[in-house]
Amino acid sequence: MTKELMKGNDAFAEAAVRAGVEGFFGYPITPASEFLEYMAKRMPELGRAFLQAESEIGAIHMVYGAACAGVRSLTATSGPGLSLMSEALSYIAGTEVPAVVVNVMRGGPGLGNIAPSQSDYNQMVKGGGHGDYFPIVLAPATVQEAIDYITLAFDLADKYRALVFIAVDGNLGQMMEPAELPPMRGLPEKPPEWSVYGAEGRDPNILTSIYIDPPDEEVTNIRLLKRWMEIEKNEILYKEYELDDAEIAIISFGVAGRICSSALRTAREEGVKVGMIRPITLAPFPTEAIRELSKRVRRILVVEMNTGQMLNDVKQAVGGNVPIEFYGRIGGITPLPDEILEEIHRVNQNTEDIADGQEKVQWLERLEARIERGDQ
Amino acid sequence: MIEMEVVYSRPESFTPTTTHYCPGCTHGTAHRLVAEVLDEMGIREKTIGVAPVGCSVFAYDYFNHDFVEAAHGRAPAMATGIKRVRPNNTVYTYQGDGDLASIGMAEIVHAAIRGENITVIFINNAIYGMTGGQMAPTTLPGMRTTSSPNGRDVEVMGYPVRMSEMLSTIDGTSYSVRRSLHNPANIRKSKKAIRRAFEVQERGMGFAMVELLSSCPTNLKFTPSEALNFIEEQMVPYYPLGDYKVAPEVKALKV
Amino acid sequence: MALKGTIEVDQMHCKGCSLCVEACPQNVIALDMEHLTPKGYHPAMLIAEGCTGCVICAVVCPDAAITVYREKRKKK
Repeated sequence: MTKELMKGNDAFAEAAVRAGVEGFFGYPITPASEFLEYMAKRMPELGRAFLQAESEIGAIHMVYGAACAGVRSLTATSGPGLSLMSEALSYIAGTEVPAVVVNVMRGGPGLGNIAPSQSDYNQMVKGGGHGDYFPIVLAPATVQEAIDYITLAFDLADKYRALVFIAVDGNLGQMMEPAELPPMRGLPEKPPEWSVYGAEGRDPNILTSIYIDPPDEEVTNIRLLKRWMEIEKNEILYKEYELDDAEIAIISFGVAGRICSSALRTAREEGVKVGMIRPITLAPFPTEAIRELSKRVRRILVVEMNTGQMLNDVKQAVGGNVPIEFYGRIGGITPLPDEILEEIHRVNQNTEDIADGQEKVQWLERLEARIERGDQ
Repeated sequence: MIEMEVVYSRPESFTPTTTHYCPGCTHGTAHRLVAEVLDEMGIREKTIGVAPVGCSVFAYDYFNHDFVEAAHGRAPAMATGIKRVRPNNTVYTYQGDGDLASIGMAEIVHAAIRGENITVIFINNAIYGMTGGQMAPTTLPGMRTTSSPNGRDVEVMGYPVRMSEMLSTIDGTSYSVRRSLHNPANIRKSKKAIRRAFEVQERGMGFAMVELLSSCPTNLKFTPSEALNFIEEQMVPYYPLGDYKVAPEVKALKV
Repeated sequence: MALKGTIEVDQMHCKGCSLCVEACPQNVIALDMEHLTPKGYHPAMLIAEGCTGCVICAVVCPDAAITVYREKRKKK
C-alpha cells in the first residue's frame, strides 16, 4: 500500500467501505456532504445499501434498523444533524446494537456556520440523548488517523455492541493530505446471533430498548455501566508528545491538538520544556494519564476550539494538583500555531495560582483584546 | 359417531402470550389477521416486524417471529434500514395513528415516496390509547378526548388526516387501501387486503399500506360492541372504506 | 341440514369482551357468569345446541381465544 493524496471525507468514506460497512444512510449537510456523495457512488458498486434519507432523523433510524439486522452501518453528519439524531442515538444505546456516527463538526449553536469547530464535544462525550448511556468518542487529528479510527470504531462498536462517534473537526473533512487506506475486509458470512434476520429454526430475536419494569431497567443500566467500565479499562487511547522532561503540559484534541503539536515543536526549539497529551478517545477520557501528568508538571494549558468543554474533564482529572489555563478559539475559527506559541510562552512564565473559573475569565480578556486589535 | 375437524385455531405466527390489550380492543383482531396471513403465506420464519410506540408497543411479545421496537413514529425508517440490508426478509411495520400520522408523518410519507418494499399495517382508532385518550391526528371533528375536552374544534386544532387518500397520491405507493374491523364481513375484507399487502412485498412491487379502522372501547368510553358501532356510524363516513391506490400490477395479482 | 359444530374457548386468552356473543348468528354463545378466568374475566361459552362451526366467533375474537370444530362433510 502506498500513500495517496485524498480529501478527508472521501478517504473516511472509503475507509468505512473497507471496514465492511453494508449500510450507509445519510442526509446532506456541510461540511460532511462529500461523505454522502462518495457513498452514493461507491456503495451501489459493491451491491451494498446506500440511501439518502428524508432527514437526519430518518437516516439514523435507518442505521438503527440496519444495525439491528446485524450489519455494519453508519452515517456521517454535522452538529445540526447530530442534534436531530439524538433520539435514535439513545435508542441505539438502549437496544445495545453497534453503530458508528461520523460527526464532521462545524460552528454553532443553532445553524451557526460551516467552519471547523470542536463545540460538539459535550454533545457526543456526554451522550446527547436521554437516559444513562455511554458512547465511545474517537478524535482523530489527521486524515490518516481518521481513516484508522473508522476501522477501529467498527471493531469497538461490534466488540461492545456500542455506539461510537468519530469527532472529526471540519478541517479534516475538507482538507487533502497524503494517507494510506487499509485493505478491503471481507464481509461476515453469517449475521450475528443476536440480530434480526428471520427466526428460521430458532426462537425469535427481539431487539428493544423497553424495560417496562424498573428492576429490569435497573439491571440493564447496570449492564451498560459495567460494559462502560470495561471499555474504560481497555480502550483508552491518547498520544504523548515530549513529556519526559516537560514542565508545562498542553491537553488538546483533534485539529487543535495538531496545531498545538506544531507550536510545541517551535517552543521546544526556543527552549520551553513543554509537552502534550492529545486524547484520542474523548470517551473514555484518559483521566488517569492526565492525573499522573499533573503530578509532575507545574502548569497545564488546555486548548480547544470551543469554550472549554473538555476543560471540565481535564479539571476533574487534575483534581487541583496544578494550575490549569485555557485557550480556545470559537465560532468556527481555527487557532494559528503562532497564537498557541504565544500562549505557551505566556503560560511558561506565569507562576500565579488561578482560582477555579478564572482561567476562562482571563482567557476571555486575552481573546477579546486580540479581537479588538484585529489580529487573526 | 360424528367426526369433527378443526376449522379455526390460533395462528402459529402467534406466541402463547396473552395480550395486554383491553377487552374488545381490535388491535388483537388486527394482530390475528397479520398472524393468519403470515401462516398462510408460510413466511413467518423470514419475517421481521417493526413495532411502534403506542398501545401496540409490545406487539413483539405476541408474534412468533423476529421483531424490533422503533422510536415513536420512526418504524418506516427503521424498516427501511432493515429491508435495504436484508432484502430477502419480509419486513412490516405495525403502527397506530399517533405514531404514523402525527409524529411519524415524515417517515411514512418518505417510505411511500421511495416505494420502499415494505408492508405497513396502520391502525386508525381516532385516539391515543396508551397515553390515556388524547386527541389523535385522526380524531373526528367535535370528538371529545382528554386533550380536546370540549370536542375537536377544527378551527383551532386542525382537521383529521386521511392517510390512505394522502399516500395514494404518491407515485411510489403501490397499494393503499382502507378497511375496517367492525364486523365479520369487514374483518374478512381486511384480511384479504393484508394478504395482498404482503404479496406486494413478496413480489418486490413496492410500498403497501392497509389502514384499518379500529376501536378503542376504553378511551372512547364504550362497551366493545358500542365501540364497533362508533366505527360504523361515525368513522366510516369520515374515513370511507375502499381502495385508494392499487397499481395495475398489484391489481393483476391473484391472491 | 346444517353441519354440527362446537367451540373451545381458551381461558387464558378470553377477556369476556362479548364480541363473539353478539356476532354469533345462532345466538348460542354467552358469557359464563358463574366462572372467572385466571385473569378475572367471565369467559365466553357455548350455551345451547345449534353451533354450525361457522367460525364467525373466531373471526371477531380480538384475542384468538376460540378454536372452532366442525363436523366433517360426508363424501357422497
